[in-house]
Amino acid sequence: MIEHVPMEDKRKSAAALDEARLRQQAIGVRLRQMFDEVVNEPVPDEFLDILRKAEPPAGEK
Amino acid sequence: MSTDQPYVGRSAPDPVRDNAFKRELVTLIPHLRAFARTLTGDPTAADDLAQDAMMKAWDARASFQMGTNMKAWTFMILRNQFYSEKRRSWRQSQLDQEAAERTLVAVDDPEAPVALDELRQGLTMLPPEQREALILVGAGGFAYEEAAEICNCAVGTVKSRVSRARRALQAILETGAYDRDGASAGDAMRAILADAERLSSPR
Repeated sequence: MIEHVPMEDKRKSAAALDEARLRQQAIGVRLRQMFDEVVNEPVPDEFLDILRKAEPPAGEK
Repeated sequence: MSTDQPYVGRSAPDPVRDNAFKRELVTLIPHLRAFARTLTGDPTAADDLAQDAMMKAWDARASFQMGTNMKAWTFMILRNQFYSEKRRSWRQSQLDQEAAERTLVAVDDPEAPVALDELRQGLTMLPPEQREALILVGAGGFAYEEAAEICNCAVGTVKSRVSRARRALQAILETGAYDRDGASAGDAMRAILADAERLSSPR
């Protein structure tokens, strides 16, 4: 189907598309920032303590 | 990639392999914590979940194929753990409501830009399967194929979930469908756009 869309409408929809893309990009940046914020937190000692305890002492078995 | 296989059937302990496994597992802890935080919305519950997942991964280390994607493998373990606990002890609606409420007060930095807070809450309004797909692909850096493996679904399903999540999240932020101190419609999206301009360009 071929539609004759006035030039102005084409420009408008292209601008709207760019705007939508920009917004999605902005959300994406924020989303990564939110995630990375936690990734960059220092790991609580508990984690390594638990893992250390899980290890069989050297020489056992 | 079996995750519920306990530490059985191994012929002999292999300290060298165990050490290599552990070194890699330790590097993944920050990522497990971040993923857990997005699932639970609560820092304390998230660390409990991340610790459980870490230990499950350690116990199941014999079933892990060294050299394959340990990050995806541990994320799958964490996700399974989350949903099995949820099935066991919580009703879904209750959890979502509580998570949404906790998320509001879970902001560590009172000076943090409003937009991040709004984004957190917007995320809690998404259906869980859309939220996790968007987090894995949009923030966790996983390929669609990896996210599909983690979520145990088809690649096409992940793609459509991510795209629906993106649209829904944008709509939530633009219409101000969340209810936060009477913030007016579109404020969150404006704040996000303003902040994004200050931040470095997308990686």
